[in-house]
Amino acid sequence: MSCTVRIPSPLRSYTAGAGTVAGAGGTVAEVLSDLERRFSGIRFRMVDEQNRIRPHIRLYVGTSEVKALSEPVGSGATVHVICALSGG
Amino acid sequence: MASSLWIGTRKGAFTLRPDARRRGWKLSGPQFLGHIVHHIVQDPREPRVLLMAAKTGHLGPTVYRSGDRGRTWREATQPPAFRKAAEGEEARAVQRVFWLTPGHSSERGTWYAGTSPAGLFRSQDGGERWQPVAGFNDHPMRPKWAALGTPDGQFLHSIGLDPRDPRHLYIGISVGGVFESVDGGADWTPLNEGCAADFLPDPNAPYGHDPHCVALHPGAPDRLYQQNHCGIYRLDRPGRRWERIGRAMPKKVGDIGFPFVLHPTDPDTAWVLPMDGQTVWPRTSIQGKPAVYRTGDGGRSWRRLDRGLPRSHAWLTVLRQAMCTDERAMRVGVYFGTTGGEVWAGANAGERWRCIARHLPEIYSVTHAV
Repeated sequence: MSCTVRIPSPLRSYTAGAGTVAGAGGTVAEVLSDLERRFSGIRFRMVDEQNRIRPHIRLYVGTSEVKALSEPVGSGATVHVICALSGG
Repeated sequence: MASSLWIGTRKGAFTLRPDARRRGWKLSGPQFLGHIVHHIVQDPREPRVLLMAAKTGHLGPTVYRSGDRGRTWREATQPPAFRKAAEGEEARAVQRVFWLTPGHSSERGTWYAGTSPAGLFRSQDGGERWQPVAGFNDHPMRPKWAALGTPDGQFLHSIGLDPRDPRHLYIGISVGGVFESVDGGADWTPLNEGCAADFLPDPNAPYGHDPHCVALHPGAPDRLYQQNHCGIYRLDRPGRRWERIGRAMPKKVGDIGFPFVLHPTDPDTAWVLPMDGQTVWPRTSIQGKPAVYRTGDGGRSWRRLDRGLPRSHAWLTVLRQAMCTDERAMRVGVYFGTTGGEVWAGANAGERWRCIARHLPEIYSVTHAV
């Protein structure tokens, strides 16, 4: 299944500057694995070695926040990667 | 070859290069603007190679590698990461790569990294792919050794290698202690006897101590020094009992601080930068009057070096990786960076100080490269 992934600016060094890339996969985990195959290193900056979404990263499928990487991604959906950081 | 200082800051990496007489310094950078840079270390076996421990506020930790003296950098393909936890096990994740140490001279391409939470990692391909050192990370005693920590996490730092034996290693863990391995990291034993730990319920505990910086002299590897949360120490192996050489510091100054810096060739000469460890631990220069102290006799006596440093109202904090020497055996230069973004150079072994950069971001590390 194909989807669209919105890449925030801190991760665009991996996507040659692209803010939107095509994704593939039926779950969030599969979409992230697909991204990793094409943009080596990007997944570990978002997800730790225990498969937990990092504290300052939020993932959304459409307008629903992702709580588990096993959540489904429908065909044509947009996956948003959002960076959440406060302070200077 | 001209030397340079690499400055790791909370907002990126900078370099300072001196002119031929070391009077003028040229600042370059930033590289990796906005990245949190904990440590930048040159490979003495292959001086074109540098490694950088970094992350950003948003993203997970990683390591960058340069093969051209820092002109260009490439990210590790497999940064330090704990193994996947089994069911019911503590699920640890590296929050930051904090410390980098090149491996033994006979093991080209080998590097060690220390992380928060306390973890030890090894690369055998020049920093490209990192593996956990299971002998420490999965040691049955590790949960106790690194039990206390702080909300900011425990830090594994001060990875020291015996130049005579690549299997002989030392590490320091903040609120954990000093540990030694004689089998290449397969097993570890605490090495904290004689160190004060007056914050612990049992001040005589074998571990739980708080080394801030441990240094092993490469020319005399049986000599270890330590700037601890509770004083300055020396240990001469095969002895196991640290001696508090900070007792020789002036009482009004005390022996609290973060860095401990060795002379490149003389194991009896070293520098510390005392900070205020009273009451609520301000961790600033004592009474707002910064000074470096140097010993030339292995810590039996210390000499104050403050010529050129501010005389008053200078509340500097200098972190454990933010002080170094260059590698000139004669008239060695000493350098430190402050959390307020200043870099100071002490010519002639710290006899005269001069600010060589200011207005930088919070400085985490100052390292020398040739």
